[in-house]
Amino acid sequence: MSQTQESWPLYEVFVRARRGLNHVHVGSIHAADDEMALRHARDVFTRRNEGVSIWAVRSDLIAASSPGEKDAFFAPSGDKVYRHPTFYQIPDTVPHM
Amino acid sequence: MDDGNAYDGLVEADPDARWAFGTGFHDTLAGVDDALPPSVDRAQLATYCLMLGDDALIMAQRLTQWTTCAPELEEEVALANIALDLLGQAGPLLARAALADPTTVPSLPPGSPVPPQDALAFFRDPRQFRNVRLTEIENGDFAASTVRLLVFSTWRLALLQRLVGSCDAVLSAVAAKAVKEVAYHRDYAARWFVTLAQGTQESRRRMASGLEAVWPYVQELFVAHRVELDLAVAGAGVDPAKLRADFDQVIATVCAAAELHPPPTASAAATPGGRDGVHSAAFAELVTEMQSVARAHPCGRW
Repeated sequence: MSQTQESWPLYEVFVRARRGLNHVHVGSIHAADDEMALRHARDVFTRRNEGVSIWAVRSDLIAASSPGEKDAFFAPSGDKVYRHPTFYQIPDTVPHM
Repeated sequence: MDDGNAYDGLVEADPDARWAFGTGFHDTLAGVDDALPPSVDRAQLATYCLMLGDDALIMAQRLTQWTTCAPELEEEVALANIALDLLGQAGPLLARAALADPTTVPSLPPGSPVPPQDALAFFRDPRQFRNVRLTEIENGDFAASTVRLLVFSTWRLALLQRLVGSCDAVLSAVAAKAVKEVAYHRDYAARWFVTLAQGTQESRRRMASGLEAVWPYVQELFVAHRVELDLAVAGAGVDPAKLRADFDQVIATVCAAAELHPPPTASAAATPGGRDGVHSAAFAELVTEMQSVARAHPCGRW
């Protein structure tokens, strides 16, 4: 079993609950290929009516920021509250803002 | 939903409708007329519902035995999902049997809260089960289980597709929902069948021997019981003999992709069979295990 676990690559799974929402990362699964990854994702992560769309992507294909670069990447935005769009009126017809 | 407004997806009435917990569940039988069709004999309808319900129930029980034993965690969840789908089909079918003919329901101690469909599942003796024997044979290895699931879901899908046209509104509604489920089960099994047949020498050998082990139980699937024939004539049921062409076509397609050949089918199935309550030696053990907890607590509330 451990041998096959090693030979099946890891996939990250993103599920969209409904049209209009984003795909959200829900977890990861192992699969032999892309087609199997979609099916495993369906079986593991949409059992409770959670989704209408699935993305599965090989984990090793994701470029991720490094924890070592955290300060240089994210600290500079920590004191710039004026970048929030809170200084103008939102039309009544735009919900959930 | 208005397809023209992308915001609509965000403003559904249910504030809990976020991805983490699925919502929007619906009851398949909501609004379905449960009146018994006048053209159908009640006792026969009950027997027919037991046949279809027991097929699903026993297949679910065998699939559940893979839990903690499957080759991969993801496959374990997949098999458990399939089992749960089938259990969900068995419930309303057994309830329908109980409604059509209450005398089929085993009697329980006074005041027992066990609903009739559970009484049928957990308090009947093995001889009273009407499932085809294909569903009850031992799991064998993953290859044999895959072949059995392929055969079962190919046959059941062909049956359900016709049952949607039943004059019994409940049977029709159960079938309409189940068609989508069993289509996925068939796809799951067919993919593994082809993958393993075309995999390593060892996986191909196992798949071929799984085919040998399961095939003797195929012929029984197409032997019509008296009740099935009468229900088919009354417009409520399906004559299983009519499913053979569809079944053969699907199996031939999958086998061609796998480059495996099913063994020749025996000319006649052993009768009487599972539809008459005659089961294999392994069946009593399966039923005993399935029923052990419920029988230990006949007044239990679950």
